[in-house]
Amino acid sequence: MDRVLSTLSFEEPDRVPFFLLLTTHGAKETGVSVKEYYSRPEYVAEAQLKMQKRYGHDCLYSFYYAALELEAWGGEAIFYEDGPANAGRPIIGNLEEIDALEAPQVSDSPELLKVLKTTERLKEKAGEEIPIIGVVMSPFSLPVMQLGFAPYLDLIYEEPTHLKKLRGVNESFCVEWANAQLEAGATAICYFDPLASNTIIPREVYLKTGFGVSKHIHSRIKGPCVTHLASGRCLPVLADLAKTGTLGVGVSILEDLGEIKEACGKQLAVLGNLNAIEMCRWTPAEAEASVREAIDKAAAGGGYILSDNHGEIPWQVPERVLMDIAKAVRKWGTYP
Amino acid sequence: MENYEARAQTFEEALLSVDRLEAQNLISKELKTCTPFEIIEKIIAPALENLGTKWEMGEIALSQEYMAGKISEELMIKILPENSLSRITSPRLGITTLGDYHLLGKRMVASFLRTAGFTLLDFGPIEPEKLVERLKEEKIDILLVSILMLNLTSKVRKLRTLLEEEGLEMKIIVGGAPFKFDPLLYKNVGADAMVPDTSELISTINRLAGKKT
Repeated sequence: MDRVLSTLSFEEPDRVPFFLLLTTHGAKETGVSVKEYYSRPEYVAEAQLKMQKRYGHDCLYSFYYAALELEAWGGEAIFYEDGPANAGRPIIGNLEEIDALEAPQVSDSPELLKVLKTTERLKEKAGEEIPIIGVVMSPFSLPVMQLGFAPYLDLIYEEPTHLKKLRGVNESFCVEWANAQLEAGATAICYFDPLASNTIIPREVYLKTGFGVSKHIHSRIKGPCVTHLASGRCLPVLADLAKTGTLGVGVSILEDLGEIKEACGKQLAVLGNLNAIEMCRWTPAEAEASVREAIDKAAAGGGYILSDNHGEIPWQVPERVLMDIAKAVRKWGTYP
Repeated sequence: MENYEARAQTFEEALLSVDRLEAQNLISKELKTCTPFEIIEKIIAPALENLGTKWEMGEIALSQEYMAGKISEELMIKILPENSLSRITSPRLGITTLGDYHLLGKRMVASFLRTAGFTLLDFGPIEPEKLVERLKEEKIDILLVSILMLNLTSKVRKLRTLLEEEGLEMKIIVGGAPFKFDPLLYKNVGADAMVPDTSELISTINRLAGKKT
């Protein structure tokens, strides 16, 4: 915990903290299918603890899968044997349905309650030793699953009234969900907001839409938050993100990590940016070189947590590569 | 009158501003002196290809490329309807996501190609086994596959195997985030080419079609 807190305070701890944001690997660990794995909160908690012990990384990740929030809204998740669950059919088919939309209560959602149970169990076992990272989808990005991507882009550009209405409903839910996780024992919230990235939305549109949402949400969440852009670019919006109240940002391999670190200064901590796709086939030498390069570019002065660039390590990444990453962090990440 | 390049640039600016009316006025003006295919070839396709390059370089956002494609497609349907005999029908193109329900990429590619005058058959998020059955009936020269989820990229390999078993010859072009983040992935799954954005799509289609003949 101290290692992470130091770096978030822009001080150099004993070594660079690293977050292996493992999700479906827990199913392999438990020896059950991905669907079965996420049906039992204790499976997720035990697997997170085991994996943290094995790799020695600096967090526990209570995140299940993005479509879990859609399930809470009455939607479906589609499960695979070899990857994260995907969102099923959108729950909103037309604009009138936005008018009638009501946010679910956390206490009424069996899916969300499972995450809270996992979080409680992790807290029970890890105490204050290891940070527990919970996740919420930004109210600005959640509609991609609620409506489908194309209809949501249409809404952003062409239906400001309904966009505002949807924003309001989603904000209430997001705040309640984030605070419930903090109350259950999460140390911090990872605020997934891929639509804040200028890969998806131009800055001028973000400033009129998602920026205000994010600022409002951060002021109502009763704990620290880090914004993750899920592989999207961030350089043009870094200064804006800093104004939302977020402590840090999860960044992409599509941009230079050194440039991002410099632009963040002491305003935002940086989380990233190992290529989670290429990672699937890394040799030990490639894993070491990638870790070393990231540390060289971003670790000086603290304010840096080494991680992947997407916020989730793909199922296809072998255990051997995770071990190589962990070894490389210990080898190259020690501060003088 | 300005040259084509400058007129394509003006059209591109209207698209980036999501200015439907201006885009429509520009195309109406072009129709007074150009055929629909001249407009496609010299104005619309270059503008959209340039936007594709800009997205790949991180200079514009996905939403801008999406809205540009949408506006262009709306305009094109008016001047070159779906069933127009003037449309490009060779090579025969198909598009799918092979079971991935993230459909935006497919929609944008299909929109781009239709706007560029091509016809293509949209198979939707169909699984490889069912797709092969369809492909026995529908002759396709080049299949475009758009995938977002890494685990689903293995379905391209599965499709390739099934096509070979059935003796069906066709080229496969893939696109989507996993292929963008790992430029070697397309070869590992048995595709013939990968396009990171729409700017290289037409040239890749023409290259593969040329190889085939």
